[in-house]
Amino acid sequence: MTAGELAQELSLNILCLPHPEREVTGGFAGDLLSWVMGGAKEGDAWVTIMSNLNVVAVASLCDTACVVLASDTVLDEKDLKTAEEKEINVLNSPLPEFELCVKIGELLK
Amino acid sequence: MNPYYYDLHTHSALSPCGDNAMTPNSLAGMASLAGIQVLALTDHNTAKNCKAFFAACKRYGVVPVGGMELTTAEEIHVVCLFPTLEAALDFDSAVEKRRMKIENKPEIFGDQLIMDDEDNVIGTDPWFLPAATEISLAEAPELVRRHGGICYPAHIERPAGGVIPILGDFPPDVPFASYELHDMSLRAEYEEKFPVLKGLNCVCSSDAHYLEQIRDAEHSLMLDDEPYSSAMLRISLLKRLGNKP
Repeated sequence: MTAGELAQELSLNILCLPHPEREVTGGFAGDLLSWVMGGAKEGDAWVTIMSNLNVVAVASLCDTACVVLASDTVLDEKDLKTAEEKEINVLNSPLPEFELCVKIGELLK
Repeated sequence: MNPYYYDLHTHSALSPCGDNAMTPNSLAGMASLAGIQVLALTDHNTAKNCKAFFAACKRYGVVPVGGMELTTAEEIHVVCLFPTLEAALDFDSAVEKRRMKIENKPEIFGDQLIMDDEDNVIGTDPWFLPAATEISLAEAPELVRRHGGICYPAHIERPAGGVIPILGDFPPDVPFASYELHDMSLRAEYEEKFPVLKGLNCVCSSDAHYLEQIRDAEHSLMLDDEPYSSAMLRISLLKRLGNKP
């Protein structure tokens, strides 16, 4: 499943999607920078409510397939611009983290 | 007692997010031009540029304070200040053992440069410095006190590392005598929302990561300065911010 397909299947809002073709191979949920840095893997859909520039840096570091911001969290304009520059896929959804993870888990089965 | 203009939260090129132009000498020189009299270096989870920083401050006639911006286990940022360079370096060793070891990627996060008195790069820190430590917010004040220092939550209003966005409240049961606001104009609003703040010292520092972020001297503290020495002034500063007003 690609990041673009994931967005479509779960009706996610697209905040920044420079690489819709990126393959989603797993998932990770976490809201503390250090834990995500230590745990998220390349190709993961990273579900979080973190909403600052660190999201872009960590997604870039871990090379996640996309960031899915839960509970209607958003990045501000400046951070989204950085996400575009760094070519990071950023999606969001009104669903809380647990529900998003369950749905992503089902799609990845 | 005299008023001293301060900036107690700055970063050098050792913090990955700190610009490489933030050398100890440039930082001290710029702060001196800005009219700052007491300047603390508070890199993320390290004090390894403090030695060079002390030498640079001496050159520019600024009173240096060795410090650190500690990341707690909850990823709350806490400004720690020490009475001597040696105490700051001892605290550095204590924190180093309890840092999360995640490799720094300079191309993403920036370089982590250790410098000597002449701003020469003499080393780098391989681990991503701002990562969480094992030290909890509740443990921090006692650990810092054991090294002779004081600490208080940094930029409490900020989403990244600020205690209020992270915990939803200012912790009433942790013995802080001070707190830092990045934007002093928010003080009345925050005191209204979190009345516990009314009984604490409010510190406003630049959190400069770039030379141009060093602010002109604006905020001052009345400090006991007789008989005058920079060591005495640091002790007065720590007494002032380590005790409720």
